[in-house]
Amino acid sequence: MKTRSRNIYLIPYVIWIALFVVTPILLVLYYSFFDIDGQFTFENYKKFFTPVYLKMTFSSFWYAFLITVITLFISYPTAYLLTKTKHKQLWLLLIIIPSWINLLLKAYAFIGIFGTYGAANSFLGIIGIGSKQILFTDFSFIFVSVYIFLPFMILPIFNALDELNPSLVDASNDLGASRWTTFQRVIFPLTLDGVKSGCQIVFIPALSLFMLTRLISGNRVITLGTAIEQHFLVTQDWGMGATIAVFLIIAMVLIMVLTGKRKRGIL
Amino acid sequence: MKQLIRALLAVLIVSFALIVIVYRLNTAQGYTSGNTLTIFNWGDYIDEELIEKFEEETGIKVIYETFDSNEAMLTKIEQGGTSYDIAVPSEYIIDKMREEDLLLPIDHSKVPNLQYIDSRFLDLPFDHGNKYSVPYFWGTVGILYNTNILGDREITSWNDLWDPDFKNQILLVDSAREVMGMALNSLGYSLNDKDKNHLLEAKQKIDSLTPNIKAIVGDENRLLLQNEEAAIGLVWSGTAQEIMWENENVEYVVPEEGSNLWFDNMVIPKTAKNPEAAHQFINFMLDPEVAAQNTDYVGYSTPNIEALKYMDEETVNDERFYPDEEMTAKLEVYENLGKRMLAYYNDLFLEFKMHKK
Repeated sequence: MKTRSRNIYLIPYVIWIALFVVTPILLVLYYSFFDIDGQFTFENYKKFFTPVYLKMTFSSFWYAFLITVITLFISYPTAYLLTKTKHKQLWLLLIIIPSWINLLLKAYAFIGIFGTYGAANSFLGIIGIGSKQILFTDFSFIFVSVYIFLPFMILPIFNALDELNPSLVDASNDLGASRWTTFQRVIFPLTLDGVKSGCQIVFIPALSLFMLTRLISGNRVITLGTAIEQHFLVTQDWGMGATIAVFLIIAMVLIMVLTGKRKRGIL
Repeated sequence: MKQLIRALLAVLIVSFALIVIVYRLNTAQGYTSGNTLTIFNWGDYIDEELIEKFEEETGIKVIYETFDSNEAMLTKIEQGGTSYDIAVPSEYIIDKMREEDLLLPIDHSKVPNLQYIDSRFLDLPFDHGNKYSVPYFWGTVGILYNTNILGDREITSWNDLWDPDFKNQILLVDSAREVMGMALNSLGYSLNDKDKNHLLEAKQKIDSLTPNIKAIVGDENRLLLQNEEAAIGLVWSGTAQEIMWENENVEYVVPEEGSNLWFDNMVIPKTAKNPEAAHQFINFMLDPEVAAQNTDYVGYSTPNIEALKYMDEETVNDERFYPDEEMTAKLEVYENLGKRMLAYYNDLFLEFKMHKK
């Protein structure tokens, strides 16, 4: 009786997953085997291994990697400091609020800030460096992406740090470990799960960013996401778009597996 | 558990109440089925006052939606599930939609104002006899440049853009046909060229433009050029006109090698729910006074010969926006390249975008 009622509760979830996760992935896979005229073909997969798409894949990974690493380096200390503050929840809220604003609106705001006559350049002018081109550069692309992803990295790390039992840190100090050793041997390993899920949440969407590549980097950065958008909306070569998506899905699964929780025996 | 059920019930009641309110609001404003007209148009491509005027005159409620590229519009209509009564595609897409049987024929007896359209813009190859489409606006593709930044340098041709002096000054549009067309024209080829060698040559030519390119953007180019973020832009004539209204330092030129001449026409998609109202709207937009007001707002060139009488003489005689026959003879209309060729254009364009400085 008990297991049966539990199974009933599972039904909405199973239907949801089947309709909105499994079916779309199968459809993507299906479409990837057709060329632009609707003929069955493996051509799309061959095409993916040409220099154009390989270069694009490489640069997508490179930018996503940079974005993730920089976000992590900013987020960890921030999350750490947050756990030490008095009004944790208030500070946390202040960090989360910007993520409620639509991504596009934030991107448009940055066009204004980074423009030749924008706030960033007037500041550079005041401190004597002079006007520089900021908009449409790699720098602006990475800066804005990091800004957008920060809350998503801070939250899981904050939660992990917050759950950390302070007596473990005290014990480490009492036993004569230096602050660095305590961090390296106690705090960091115990919050590693937070770091991992933070990296997943940032790296995977960063791989397929597409609006920012046009608005902030003026198509000077081309990611796989840009190519998918173009194939579906402009070229109408759904097969090629779907093929790129298949490789993105494979990449994401690999990343999930590599960074996922490993079951370890009790030491 | 009890709390959970109570919370769920509360959500359901609130949602239901919202649906009722929305329905009431819609009926109160006259948005009932059979009395609405859904228009699918380019962004910022109509004087919204005219929509109100149309609603007042006919009692039909207008639902207005916008798109930012021909292809995005086509994809949406092909997918079905939409009920647009009017769409405004460009000529090569009309050709394609006609081939794919996505359009309803236009009943000319219901559009008497068609008589005001200049015969130059009627019976064109993409829609003989205007069976499926009625002209809305037309224009060119050209170069906009800022005399404040460039001084008295004059730009007259596509090839001028390759001048090393213009390093990091050019904004292109994120559209394969415009950019490839520019390169093909600069080499003296047709912008409908299907010869792969010519296309590869054109691709190499735009690769060599890379040091001069600041960015490849969409509709943002208007704001960027207006704020003098870059000195030179590849733009549509109407965008140029709108920027010129805001910034006195810019000039627009249709390059001497030739360029693209395009037409945006109103069509009635097959999925239309209210073709009757669509005909009424098309006729309304062709009224000379209405067309004149719309042109004053939008900035593109009107095909309505009677409307010109209601407009500023200076605008009407401006050869940059109303080029004479001699100039138009050098301009080319995009042809429907077919899916494969279009894909090839886009592949080359994508490769060009990947080309690093």
